[in-house]
Amino acid sequence: MTKIKGQSLRKQANPLAEASHQLKVLSEGLFKDGTLPLFKDRVAETLGRPLSAHKLEVLQINVGYMCNQVCDHCHVDAGPDRKEIMTKETMEQCLSVIRSTNARTLDLTGGAPEMNPNFRWFVIEARKAGIADIIVRSNLTIIRANKQYHDLPAFFKEHKIHVVSSMPHWTKEKTDKQRGSGVFNASIEALKQLNSVGYGMPNSGLTLDLVYNPSGAFLPAHQKDLETDFKSKLRSDFGIEFNQLFAITNLPISRFLDYLIASENYEDYMYELVQAYNPEAAKSVMCTNTLSVSWNGFLYDCDFNQMLALPVAGNLTHISDYDEKLMEGRIIKVSQHCYGCTAGAGSSCQGTVA
Amino acid sequence: MSYYDPKDLRKFKDITQWSEALGEKFFDYYTAVFQDGALTPREKSLIALAVAHTEMCPYCIDAYTQDGLKRGITKDEMMEAVHVGAAIKSGAALVHSVMMMNKVNKLDA
Repeated sequence: MTKIKGQSLRKQANPLAEASHQLKVLSEGLFKDGTLPLFKDRVAETLGRPLSAHKLEVLQINVGYMCNQVCDHCHVDAGPDRKEIMTKETMEQCLSVIRSTNARTLDLTGGAPEMNPNFRWFVIEARKAGIADIIVRSNLTIIRANKQYHDLPAFFKEHKIHVVSSMPHWTKEKTDKQRGSGVFNASIEALKQLNSVGYGMPNSGLTLDLVYNPSGAFLPAHQKDLETDFKSKLRSDFGIEFNQLFAITNLPISRFLDYLIASENYEDYMYELVQAYNPEAAKSVMCTNTLSVSWNGFLYDCDFNQMLALPVAGNLTHISDYDEKLMEGRIIKVSQHCYGCTAGAGSSCQGTVA
Repeated sequence: MSYYDPKDLRKFKDITQWSEALGEKFFDYYTAVFQDGALTPREKSLIALAVAHTEMCPYCIDAYTQDGLKRGITKDEMMEAVHVGAAIKSGAALVHSVMMMNKVNKLDA
């Protein structure tokens, strides 16, 4: 299928826009004929039992799939043509859960979460609800996209938001190739703006972390080594400071799966993920302490399962029915995409885990 | 059919099968060489890439191109490393021309 730049798979009517088709691809071929082991078998061998959830620590809420960017490897298939947006009513239901649990982190993601019209209200109310750490996964360019977003750094500062932003490379060429033309320069300007209000600066108490995910069909190197290079290059070339770099592996779903298949890298990539399986990472995968909430309030073990339409196991599937006791100990839904979280040093929304 | 099959790179670890002790010694040594030391793993990766080219080893080129990408090494850096290898390789050939010149000067009065 011809790739149309700037449109989601859904808009292109690409078969891979359907979660069921993605899951079919991930269960066929190498995994069906036994060449490579199924993830559920591999993780059960490591743990001596199926993968299951512990106590909730991170509530990750996807407030909508709308985004001002259309990145090559977006697992959400987000873009300007996506209209799924969380309502204020669903946000109220999320706030009730925040008040009733001991979760320490609220992780707001999208799309571009800032594009939800109730985003600021939700952040203010979540802060009042007393959660310790509020993360906003900001794509940076949104800050420069439109006048109405120009004051986001000041808003983030006022509410002591922990900003986590994607930055696939310290060069324009590699960044723009993955995230779209002009993204690198806009991101650099946004980072400078965040630095100017104190983000990423020593002793400011304002945390600015960057997320690195590879620009193609390969795994990330060691997070610390990459962080050293990013810090050195962004400081020397642009005078930019940040706190930590999170290295995240691209999971073979959605646009990245489409890319792997179209570029004939799918088989090699799956081999590499499986060969890099790390039992230590499998013991600490993020789904064991995270719950993902979709724009319409449904519950998933992680943002990736949300995109694959794999709801949490059991009868409790919506935030309005949330019961912590029923969530703890639930069996995590897995498929072969989960190898992405256990490869090498592991991968999570907070970077490596092992 | 080609003599080289890219899928054979996945079987590299299997070289221990017919000589386990020696194979494992090699992999221990190989792993130790690429640890952080006086040189960074990034610098070592670029050296490996250059040598992969001078040795004209397809498996090594495949492996260390991927390794470079993982480390965020840019295309410019990779190509410069290959030129370093190529320069040494061509220099090694050209410096032998001194032998040729010596021989000519000795024999051809």
